Amino acid sequence: MNKTTSWFNVTSLVFGFAFLYVPILILVVYSFNASKLVTVWGGFSTRWYAELLHDQAIIDAAWVTMGVGILSASFATVLGTMAALVLDRYSKFHGRALFSGMVYAPLVMPEVITGLSLLLLFVAVGFDRGFWSVVIAHTTLTMCFVAVVVQSRLVTLDRSLEEAALDLGCPPVKTFFLITLPLILPGVVAGWMLAFTLSLDDLVIASFTTGPGATTLPIKIYSMVRLGVTPEINAISTILISVIAVGVIVASVLSHRSQVEKEKAERAVFLAG
Amino acid sequence: MIEAVGPIKRKFAPWDDPTLKPFIRFENVTKRFGDFTAVDNLTLDIYEREFFALLGPSGCGKTTLMRMLAGFEQPTEGRILLDGKDLSGIPPYKRPVNMMFQSYALFPHMTVEGNIAFGLKQEGMDTSNINTRVAEMLELVKLEKFAKRKPHQLSGGQRQRVALARSLAKRPKVLLLDEPLGALDKKLREETQFELMDIQMELGMTFLIVTHDQEEAMTVSDRIAVMNHGVIAQIGTASQIYEQPASRYVADFVGDINLIDGTVSAVEGGVATLHCAGVDATIVAEAGPGEVAVGAEAGFAIRPEKVQISLEAPPAGTPNVLSGEVWDIGYLGDISVYRVRLAGGSIVKATVANLTRIVERPITWEDKVYLTWPADAGVILLK
Repeated sequence: MNKTTSWFNVTSLVFGFAFLYVPILILVVYSFNASKLVTVWGGFSTRWYAELLHDQAIIDAAWVTMGVGILSASFATVLGTMAALVLDRYSKFHGRALFSGMVYAPLVMPEVITGLSLLLLFVAVGFDRGFWSVVIAHTTLTMCFVAVVVQSRLVTLDRSLEEAALDLGCPPVKTFFLITLPLILPGVVAGWMLAFTLSLDDLVIASFTTGPGATTLPIKIYSMVRLGVTPEINAISTILISVIAVGVIVASVLSHRSQVEKEKAERAVFLAG
Repeated sequence: MIEAVGPIKRKFAPWDDPTLKPFIRFENVTKRFGDFTAVDNLTLDIYEREFFALLGPSGCGKTTLMRMLAGFEQPTEGRILLDGKDLSGIPPYKRPVNMMFQSYALFPHMTVEGNIAFGLKQEGMDTSNINTRVAEMLELVKLEKFAKRKPHQLSGGQRQRVALARSLAKRPKVLLLDEPLGALDKKLREETQFELMDIQMELGMTFLIVTHDQEEAMTVSDRIAVMNHGVIAQIGTASQIYEQPASRYVADFVGDINLIDGTVSAVEGGVATLHCAGVDATIVAEAGPGEVAVGAEAGFAIRPEKVQISLEAPPAGTPNVLSGEVWDIGYLGDISVYRVRLAGGSIVKATVANLTRIVERPITWEDKVYLTWPADAGVILLK
């Protein structure tokens, strides 16, 4: 590695980060703007945050978003973990390649198409569009992400641990809850966090599948922006960004920390001889 | 501490008693994975309280055989009986068999105590009995001080003991040991081998060990089955396998062996004469199993420690003499290995115990030497 800083590297770094974060930074800064005019700085203030608390429509949207996020992330975690187990465990069943392809397809599927097809499904089966249709749609969207995260955890799990539990008289289902689940838990929690944040910031699928009385925060923001950007939108967006950032950081810390701990423990034993 | 109960074992040979029923019976067991046959129509009897070893190179089917007994694999054909009961269809968690895994497979999220108690809890044993049994097991493997530790806070040898204690805690009828000492260093391995024997004798259980280490198999077990390509090449006690190998494969796999090829020129009363054109010699020795007949291609097999090496020519008329030149000497401390090059270019090994501390050895490089052996020291095996 070249340790001397080259101008080229520094420049690319600055431009790269600027490209990624300057828009967000401006949004965050203007959310503390005292002025009502979005583009004019009128001094520091938290009045827009206070005003948010009085806007019932936004508070309702926030509750819907939280509800959808928690429920869909939980459903997606259960389904995604099951899919990951099947993919990891039953290596030779008929149609495995097709199954794994189909599990991962939504990762690259355009959201517009996922949203449209879900809408068609709900209309076809006569499912009332509203809160629960968004929950189901988000479960569909995020399940494959959970499957990817959990599967990467399962790959590192020693199969003989489960065999040892079976051997000691523990039936398979109990073995899953006593041995497998505790050991892949960091992956499962990280998967849940990822699913939750994906649900929080989804606009496209939610707007296809939502109905009256189930306006999520991104839909609310989008419709407010069409009438002009207000400092209030900056404030609510800043909150949303913070929640998502915390979720992503917790998820990555969880999956990273267990690895580090394992290495540390192994090193300690090695040094102790 | 475990009291040594050596003498009990001295007369232990249930396999020689035709009235005894085997405890474990593999009956015409075949296991195929796709096109690959891991175990091929194998029949094997193991008796109660026996310490039985499955010995063979990797891929010989020994682990598959053990995993079928544990219930992790199902035989493609044939059946396995335990104490007269057919095990087919019984899942691993209902078999009275416990296994110690090669990787130890200790549950990383449980303490040493938790690991040992795991199987007992599944049985539904009450807490006070579990605690007593766990304490007993910790004492047995001398880990009383480590009860509250997690597996990653233990050394390799300690983990091995926890794994052993956990697999013994339920007092299984049979304990399966899959390469149990493979991860330990040589000194610790040797110590642990003797401990395993003591524990097996104390608890009076049947042990089945899978290993590729012939010294380990010979040290711990009452009988050994040498396996190759899914079939048993030979079953016998350590000394039977070593001294009376049934085939070239067994002779070569277990211990060190010299093989001198030739053609059988006479057979009489179990004694064959082998004409070895390659080394220009005639060897008379006991004919091994199989049809050793006149004209058959065969080989004379003799262990290096049974070959005597001498600078002086034996008296004329002495049978079984080979002569050659000392090609290499390996000094191993307790013994020295002489590699002697015969007239035809082939090498015969002879080992000599170093009984004295003299530094100068009488035999040295390029000396002309004579190799002799007692009449019953070797055996003639078919190719």
